[in-house]
This record gives sequence, structure tokens and C-alpha cells, in this order.
Amino acid sequence: MKEIKFSEAILEAIDQSMQKDKSVILMGLGITDPKSIFGTTKGLLKKYGVKRVIETPTSENAVTGIALGASIKGLKPIITHQRVEFALLSMEQIINQIAKWNFMSAGKQSVPLVIRMIIGKGWGQGPQHSQSLEVLFSHIPGLKVVAPSNASDAKSLLMTSIKEKHPVIFFEHRWLHDIKGKIENKKEVKIGKAKIIKKGKDLTIVSFSEALIQVMRIYNFLKMNNVSAEIIDLRSLRPLDEKTIIKSVSKTGKIIVIDNGWTKYGIASEIISMVVEKGFKFLKSPPKKIGIENISISSSRTLAEKTYLNSKQIIHNIFKIINKNIDKKKLNEFIKKNENDHTDIPYQDFRGPF
Amino acid sequence: MNRNTKLNLFKIVYKIRKVEETISKLYSENEMRCPVHLSIGQEAVASGVCSNLKENDEIISTHRSHAHYIAKGGNLNSMISEIYGKKSGCALGIGGSMHLQDLKKGINGSVPIVGSTIPIGVGIALFNKIKKKNNLVTIFFGEGATEEGVFHESINFAALHNLPILFVCENNLYSVYTGLEQRQPKKRDLKKICEGNSLAYYHEDGNDVIKVHNKVKEIVKRIRKNNQPTLIELSTYRWLEHCGPNWDDNLRYRPSGELKKWIKKCPLARIKKQIKNKPLISRATKQLDKEINSAFVFAKNSKFPSNKIIKNFYF
Repeated sequence: MKEIKFSEAILEAIDQSMQKDKSVILMGLGITDPKSIFGTTKGLLKKYGVKRVIETPTSENAVTGIALGASIKGLKPIITHQRVEFALLSMEQIINQIAKWNFMSAGKQSVPLVIRMIIGKGWGQGPQHSQSLEVLFSHIPGLKVVAPSNASDAKSLLMTSIKEKHPVIFFEHRWLHDIKGKIENKKEVKIGKAKIIKKGKDLTIVSFSEALIQVMRIYNFLKMNNVSAEIIDLRSLRPLDEKTIIKSVSKTGKIIVIDNGWTKYGIASEIISMVVEKGFKFLKSPPKKIGIENISISSSRTLAEKTYLNSKQIIHNIFKIINKNIDKKKLNEFIKKNENDHTDIPYQDFRGPF
Repeated sequence: MNRNTKLNLFKIVYKIRKVEETISKLYSENEMRCPVHLSIGQEAVASGVCSNLKENDEIISTHRSHAHYIAKGGNLNSMISEIYGKKSGCALGIGGSMHLQDLKKGINGSVPIVGSTIPIGVGIALFNKIKKKNNLVTIFFGEGATEEGVFHESINFAALHNLPILFVCENNLYSVYTGLEQRQPKKRDLKKICEGNSLAYYHEDGNDVIKVHNKVKEIVKRIRKNNQPTLIELSTYRWLEHCGPNWDDNLRYRPSGELKKWIKKCPLARIKKQIKNKPLISRATKQLDKEINSAFVFAKNSKFPSNKIIKNFYF
């Protein structure tokens, strides 16, 4: 099995999809520029030509409507936004038109399009380049929303999303782009299927996208302390794999959701309310959600660092749920040895910008 | 213009007027439970434009879509049924008056968010270009839509890619109840906006169906030949309230006498006068009256959609 970066997995998924299906086209600002969306669209213009790889004006709303118009006739457009926030300019098209076109046409027309949105974080990107707004899209009937956490899932899920008959919002966290992973080509990842990445019996940890990486960082500490955690990677936010979550909670009786974004009215809120509604009888302790501070994100690192989740917070919350005391000395040792002290950069010797 | 073409134009204008009047008359029965934006007074725009389009040419429309749908040949039974919320409606009763569509006739859809269908129409034209299809796309919108950012984004894209599109700006002076003078600076010039974006621009009296037909004929020929996207602005006037079956001059949002002045320019009366042949007109109207009447009977007698259809869609 080969190991490639998340961003390379995205490129492979697009490339292979375009090769297989001539109706797949690419649209977005910067897809043909020298940086080619962090390398994720590199070389595609040369390979597929201007008719299929369409550099666009800075017109997010129109471009989204144009992609919709092309998709109802049979093309399969992939739109790319370099940050989630630019997609906000096209919310009218996404919510009123794209999400509802199949419904409004009584099923006669469908909208097979994918909108890639890249989530930023840290390195001073500030209030409008580092928001996790997955929940805005997950709220809307008619949209499918996915947010893979690793290269293999990203590749497969993107290929599935491109093949999908209905519109898919595809979230890529910028911090994941450089992380390498093995590509498992065997099984297609379906939209709406979560994955249990660690089996356990003491508590269920649900997370997704970059937040999941933060969870995996502290997994060894849990193991060292004989905490048997079951970790679920959601992969899809809408539809949500309720079954997998409930099944896990029925076994562990305890759940913590670690969100990529704000905790109020968020993805974590939805999961916990679902668990309370459908699995109340399994709960042995109150469910818990954590995420970033419910405030806008600052540029200055001293302010931003406090906004983001850190490993200590995650560990403290987990131990609270399972009602276990932490050996503080051990914790500090672990953090010092394994962790990057700064939450606003992905790793200790990171050099910006993104 | 030969008599046949004139008569056909009359028929479309009359059909739109009669359908709209019937909706207005029957609305108080409370069986059409959806907002209706009637096109009375604006019939010549849709009629004179669509008379130049082929069956496989495509249109996309707005909240005030009845006229466009009828003029492009949309199925009348399905339209009236849709307004009645019936299963036999063009969208099974899901959309109502603001979501008319008939794919067999190239009517891709209509939506009520102002300006929203403009890029969608551009996208259909992009598809046609990529797939080398030569159907022309016509996008209908009001002058209010030219105040939306997405209009400017869309014409820029259409010109950049030389897409064969006819943009039809139906200028009825009002966005809901707000007049032009409150929305646009005096010297604002749509012609300059278009030409500044490499779009060809034309203007015509939107209440004279023969003039509209002739002008659009010329334009459509040119678009088909050289792919230059073109906008035609057609001046017209909405007689009734923005939304609903009634007159609303009593609200006094329009200068006194303005409505009267426009009623004098009635598109139906004008084409009638231009045809002159009374027996011909009376034969045509009789036949259309019958067709329209039977569409309302059909809609009323149709069943409501079953709750089960909702499960056919992804949520």
C-alpha cells in the first residue's frame, strides 16, 4: 500500500474521476494557477483542457449557479473554494437552488455537483479565514456533507461524491492536506458511513476532520492509563451515521463529541441530542461536547491559542466522564514529550503561511 | 409581417391575458392556495420573445413566470394544476405558481429569488457550449434583478465565454412596491452596464408584441450566428398588485394617472387593432377560451399528491 498526502489523494480522486467520466468538469478561482489549490488541481488543465478545467472570475455566487445550470443538464461540476468563507457568497445558490432543485423539479432534474470547501486554522488567519462552518450546510435538507480526516477516506469519499446524484459539500481541513496516509483502494467509502477507528468499552469518542487528529494524538495517553476508548470518525455529517454512534453508546454508556468548530448549535449538539433522544436508556453519565471557544477567532497567536482546543482539555474532559483521576505528573510528561505547545500551528517546526 | 404570424402573436397574448384573468377571478374561491404573480399588462414581452424560439431552445424564469411558460408552449393543464397544488401539476404540486417548468418544451424552471436564475441559465448555456448543442438559452428577469450582484457576475461570465444567451430584462418599473427612482440613480444606464461587460444591448417597447417579435427575431439570428450574448430591455407595466389577484392603485405607491396611461398602451388591444379581422379573432378566442376553461376544470378535478411522493427525494 502506498503512502500519499491528503492533498495528493484529492488530486488523484479528481484526476481519476475526470479520466473515467467525461462529464466531470472543474471550476474555481485558482484551479489553474501556479499553486493550483495547494496542489490539489495540479496538471489537470494540461491533461483535460480549458473546456473541462475552467478558471473562473471572482464571482462565487454566479459560478455556483452556473455549475448548477450545467449539472441539471448532465455535467458533473466540482467547484473549489480556497477557504470556506468565500463559499458564503454563494449561500443563496446553495441553499435555495442547489439543495432544492431535485425537489422543486419533482425529481425530474438532479444536481450531481461537488463543492470543495477548505477550512483554515491558525497561523494568524483570523476571523474570516479559519471558521469551521460545516454545520451551516449540514442543516439543509437536500445537501450531503462530508468531512474526511485522512488521505484514504478523502480519496474514496471524493470519488463517491463526484459519482453521487445529489449535491455534496466536501470539507477539507487545510491542516490535513500535508498529512500522509496509506490509500486503501479496496473498499469504496460510502456517504453516510462512519468508521470505528479504535474499538473500546469505557467510552465513545466521536469526532471528525482535523479534530479527530487531535483526539488521536492523545490516544496513547488513554491507553497508558488503561482507558479503553472507542473512537468514531464520522466522515459524513449529513446524512449522519446514527446507527454506528448509538450502537457504540449502547456498549460504552458514555459519549464525548469533539467538534471541529463551535459547540453551540453545532455538529456536536446535533449528535448529543440524537443520542439523548434515541439512546437515553444506554447513557450512564451525562454526554459531553467540546470544541473551540464560542467566539470569533483572532489573528494574534496568544489570543488564537486560547480559542482552540488543546490536548490537556481533551484529556481532562475524557477523564471527567469516566470518573477517573489523572496523574498530573504523567500528563505533563506526556504533553511535553509528544505535544506541540501551540494550538495555532499543526506541528512544532511549522513554517507559514498556509 | 404576414397575417398568420400576427394572428399567432395575438393568440399567445390573448391566452396569457385570459389565463391570468381567470386566475384572478377564481382566486377568491381559496382553492389556489399559493402566491400568484400575474402578468396582466406584460403579455407582449413573453409572446414576442418566445415566438422566435424553437421548441428545443431553453428558457428559465422568475416569480412572474406564467406568461413565459405559456408563451414557450408549456402544458396548460399542468400549469393550472400546479397552482391548485394537484398531483397533475408540472411539479406534482411541490412548487406552485413560482416554480413552473416543462422540460419537454425547454422550460427549465422558475424561482422567486430575484436574479437567482440568471447564473443557472448561464450554466445551461455553458453546458450547451461544452456539449456542442446549438439550443439558445433565454433568461427572463425583471429590472430589479439588474440590481443584484449575481446579474453582473453572470453577464461578465457569459461574455467571457461567448455563450449564446438572450437576456430579457422586463422593465415594469417596480420591484414589489418600490419604484425605480428609489432604487437607481437617475443617470444609471443599463446599456452602458451591458456594453461595459461586452454584452450587446437593445431596447424595445415591451407593450407592442409585433415590435418585440421583430426586434428579437433579428437579435436571435445574430446570437445564433456569432454567439454574442445579448440583452434586450423591454419597457412594460404591471397592472395588478405585485402578488395576488387584485388591483392595487388605491395603495398610491404609483403616481396618479400612471396606471391609466399604461392601460391605454394595452398589449392585447394593440395587437387586436393591428389585425383588424374580427371574425378571425373571434374564432381564435373561442377556441382558446375552451382550452383555458377545460384546464381549470381539469385542475379542479385532479387529485392532491399523495404524501408518499415526499419519500422519493433525498433529504
